[in-house]
Amino acid sequence: MKFGIIQFPGSTCDYDCFFALKDILNIDVKFIWHEETDLCDYDCIMLPGGFSYGDYLRVGAIARFSPVMQAVKEYAQKGGYVIGICNGFQILLEADLLPGVLVKNHGLHFLCRYEYVRIENDVNPFTHLCKKGQILKIPIAHGEGNYFIDDKGLKELNANHQVVLRYCDHHGEVSDNNNPNGSVDNIACICSKQGNVIGMMPHPERCVEDILGSSDGRFIFDSIIDSIKNKSKAAYKEIHHDNQ
Amino acid sequence: MWSVSIYVNLKKGVLDAQGAATNNALKSLGFEEVKDVRIGKCINLKMDGESRELVSKRVGVMCNKLLANPVIEDFTYEIEVL
Repeated sequence: MKFGIIQFPGSTCDYDCFFALKDILNIDVKFIWHEETDLCDYDCIMLPGGFSYGDYLRVGAIARFSPVMQAVKEYAQKGGYVIGICNGFQILLEADLLPGVLVKNHGLHFLCRYEYVRIENDVNPFTHLCKKGQILKIPIAHGEGNYFIDDKGLKELNANHQVVLRYCDHHGEVSDNNNPNGSVDNIACICSKQGNVIGMMPHPERCVEDILGSSDGRFIFDSIIDSIKNKSKAAYKEIHHDNQ
Repeated sequence: MWSVSIYVNLKKGVLDAQGAATNNALKSLGFEEVKDVRIGKCINLKMDGESRELVSKRVGVMCNKLLANPVIEDFTYEIEVL
């Protein structure tokens, strides 16, 4: 099993992702420079947080045109697992791999703190080891995490169960009072219709050890790892079956 | 050679947090007559093109592809001969 972490000029959470996977979860992981275009060695592609291309023009707007992003699109179309965290989420939206857009936080402040999020979709490859309604404590760190989508788009997201996490309080209550950035419907994380592409503002890689204040990020990582294992088992069975 | 000024603004209905904060700041300075503030971007280009129509067509493509995000932003532009 191998994870790939894409490095754009201006990525800053790439080493946090690397540390979480390599040192804590003992998973094989490699950095992928944004000019690379071959992703066939990887079981999951991560787009880390940061300020790719200085956030010029709009967050994620320039990174979308990196050579690697065409490869990420093809990888996703083939069903590969892609996770974008923070700036990675912003890039996935600009690249049309996920619907909607992220704009400035409604209070204009850059927010760096722990937040509670509620699991809304527990059948996704990235959250299937969680239970619907479970509350995770995961930090956010962003100035532009205010998720926006028009009413039609929001209806589609809800109808297709594409909302994966919502900001909530520690009891799991979702309301304007516990919406840190003004996101439509308290949305913190969404997935693609097929479920193999996910974008989230909270940083699971920053909470994989209790010493960091929470290890809830492991629910996300453990789910992905388990999904990859099951996928390769299914692929093995398929090949085995074909040979018989 | 042409000079193109492109104005990118948030669509109606999209909350403009910067505009709202600036509106409040203007009010606190005594400019009570200000009723709304929307903040956008102005992008100035100098470009080649055989005709105004061709330049306009190319600029429209640029805006839709990169300079504006059609999910939340509208754009207008003015073209002048240099």
